[in-house]
Amino acid sequence: MGGRRASLPLVSRLCTSVKPRNNWVQKRSFITAKDLVVEEQPSGEEEKRAVTNKLNLFSAVNQALLTVLESDPKSYVFGEDVGFGGVFRCTTGLRDRFGKHRVFNTPLCEQAILGFGIGLASMGNRAIAEIQFADYIFPALDQIVNEAAKYRYRSGNLFNCGGLTVRAPYGAVGHGGHYHSQSPEAFFCHVPGIKVVIPRSPAQAKGLLLASIRDPNPVVFFEPKMLYRMAVEEVPVDDYTLPLSSAEVMRKGSDITLVGWGAQLTLMEQACDEASKEGISCELIDLRTLIPWDKELVEASVNKTGRLLVSHEAPLTGGFGAEIAASITESCFLRLEAPVSRVCGLDTPFPLVFEPFYMPTKNKILDAIKASVKF
Amino acid sequence: MAVRQALRRAGGRLLATQGAMAPAALGVAGRGLSTSAEPITLEIPVPFKGHNVEPPSRTVETSAQELTEFFRTMFVMRRMEIAADSLYKSKFIRGFCHLYDGQEAVCVGMEAALNDKDCIITAYRDHCTHLGRGGTVLEVFAELMGRKDGCSLGKGGSMHMYNKKGGFYGGNGIVGAQTPLGAGLAFAQKYLKVEGVTLAMYGDGAANQGQLFEAMNISALWDLPVLYVCENNHYGMGTAEWRSAKSPEYYKRGDYVPGLKVDGMDCLAVKQAVKFAKEYALKNGPMVLEMDTYRYHGHSMSDPGSTYRTRDEISGVRQERDPIERIRKLLLSHEIATVAELKTIEKEAKKEVEDALAKAKESPSPDSEELFSHIYRKSYGAQAYGADRKEVVVTLP
Repeated sequence: MGGRRASLPLVSRLCTSVKPRNNWVQKRSFITAKDLVVEEQPSGEEEKRAVTNKLNLFSAVNQALLTVLESDPKSYVFGEDVGFGGVFRCTTGLRDRFGKHRVFNTPLCEQAILGFGIGLASMGNRAIAEIQFADYIFPALDQIVNEAAKYRYRSGNLFNCGGLTVRAPYGAVGHGGHYHSQSPEAFFCHVPGIKVVIPRSPAQAKGLLLASIRDPNPVVFFEPKMLYRMAVEEVPVDDYTLPLSSAEVMRKGSDITLVGWGAQLTLMEQACDEASKEGISCELIDLRTLIPWDKELVEASVNKTGRLLVSHEAPLTGGFGAEIAASITESCFLRLEAPVSRVCGLDTPFPLVFEPFYMPTKNKILDAIKASVKF
Repeated sequence: MAVRQALRRAGGRLLATQGAMAPAALGVAGRGLSTSAEPITLEIPVPFKGHNVEPPSRTVETSAQELTEFFRTMFVMRRMEIAADSLYKSKFIRGFCHLYDGQEAVCVGMEAALNDKDCIITAYRDHCTHLGRGGTVLEVFAELMGRKDGCSLGKGGSMHMYNKKGGFYGGNGIVGAQTPLGAGLAFAQKYLKVEGVTLAMYGDGAANQGQLFEAMNISALWDLPVLYVCENNHYGMGTAEWRSAKSPEYYKRGDYVPGLKVDGMDCLAVKQAVKFAKEYALKNGPMVLEMDTYRYHGHSMSDPGSTYRTRDEISGVRQERDPIERIRKLLLSHEIATVAELKTIEKEAKKEVEDALAKAKESPSPDSEELFSHIYRKSYGAQAYGADRKEVVVTLP
């Protein structure tokens, strides 16, 4: 037990006093591509991904950025402290390789970082901005909502800032407190004109990030910081993209559909495992892109199972789960056997010592699964 | 008078338990620790630099008592921060811990020139500022460990310490966000004719935030009595000032707002500057004070502090400019205290900190109701559930 603990990365050792994550780490220390049940991909991407490396999330992000910087001479990575590698090491080695004119630090000014990125992108460049923590993205919210999202629309397609990608680590980490743990994706999901993408694992992150950077629309890419070191997966070495606005069915089931994204999916998987011991067959869907989201796939799944549960770390009221719930209720009302269930963070500021109570834990999800099935 | 009151408030609770110190020292050591209030005139070694304002004189009046208080308070702060360091390493404190050691002269010097009508708002490196405004070491430790006896009931943590009676408005995690708040506090003081100033403190990293310039413009436009105190420790996390700012002369950044550059490792210089700036602000409007200071620890406990600066630099500053050593030399050279008496003060301060630490460790964690309390002033009746949906249901207060 001690030996196993010692071999875990530092982040997980710091988090071991938080019970839900403790269970998670012991039961399933990594997600591999083998565990995923992938829908039929149209272009045969499976065969191409022959050579892989075992990478964690920040290395996968690093590789994606490396690929972009290599392939496109007009791409730039900038943000606070990205030069030496960034506080999460996502940008290690990029500055040495590509020079300080393409990978550079900015001063401490989020609004200016975004505005600058929008300007750079509107001249046809790939501007990859990093916001150090998603909690700090709010000074830049005006630029994203009022400038980035509306640029193409208000100029009648004369100009656009599609080359803009904003990367930010989000989510709880066990000890982050108020300003290093927030999940602000809901604020961005309310803005037509941008895309919001959240990967769940290293291989997904590389593919989705490459797709986001190459997408001709501004994308906000949230990376689950809990998984930066903890999630290790076989990641293909070559350049590949995963489709945006396409959700993925992680496991097939027939009794209830679970929808989630990012780090929360690991807890949901555990809850599904436990539910299956009680004979409940769960279908687990990773939304991957939050807006525009893959309504068809979720609707098809709910039409099959008749029950829906959405889970996210962000507070319950006004979280993105509300949008999914409303939308599915509207389209699948007569098929639903139980009300749509949302297992989310509490409606409080992200607490310091109370984090284990705030978080939507595996037990809360399991409880909600059972309540939904027995409705 | 106000000076002594302020210092008493800052060091009061610390000194109160050792009320018999002076007479005892008198009895034991012969000449005795001088705690006289007779003025001593000293010259500040490093000159002030002014921007659009004539800097104050370098001659400052102090007293034996004040210097001793400086020494004691700064020593307690230093011990407290070092104790916090080891608490963090032994996992009693989790999350983030930004330590202030090396910068103590700024808050102690400030307090010598302020009184309880003034307000302070600062960034996240706030443990010692909290102490200066009337907080106790117990409150700080308990808050760091997230316990009930903390100043924010254990709900804030390292970055969010507040003191209502002392006019300390925190303790803010988002860089630069506290500066417009400072402008608002100053407006309230001016409107209510309180005759106090607000010190909105920020760092060299925050000096590049847009909201700071917005706040400066507003305060200059409306002549608000606010002092923008830039604690320039030369590194914004890991970025040196010359790599993040075109002009690292932060006292000039206010442009139309006059500024003063102060040696932030010298308590007396800080006191002189703040006294001068306070008089100015109450009559004319905002001023920027740049405190040239240094932090020995890294940005936070997860930063070793040596990847972006050399250990020689850190130890060089410690040897040449350490604020506590400076006051110690003054005390010894003006024969206010002997080495033995200073050792006694140090020992008592260490004991004070250790006692507070022991007491803080015994403090319990906040009750689970505190998760839901203080979100709104009055209830909105929503419900939240615990791990078991059927049984543990809480109506948010």
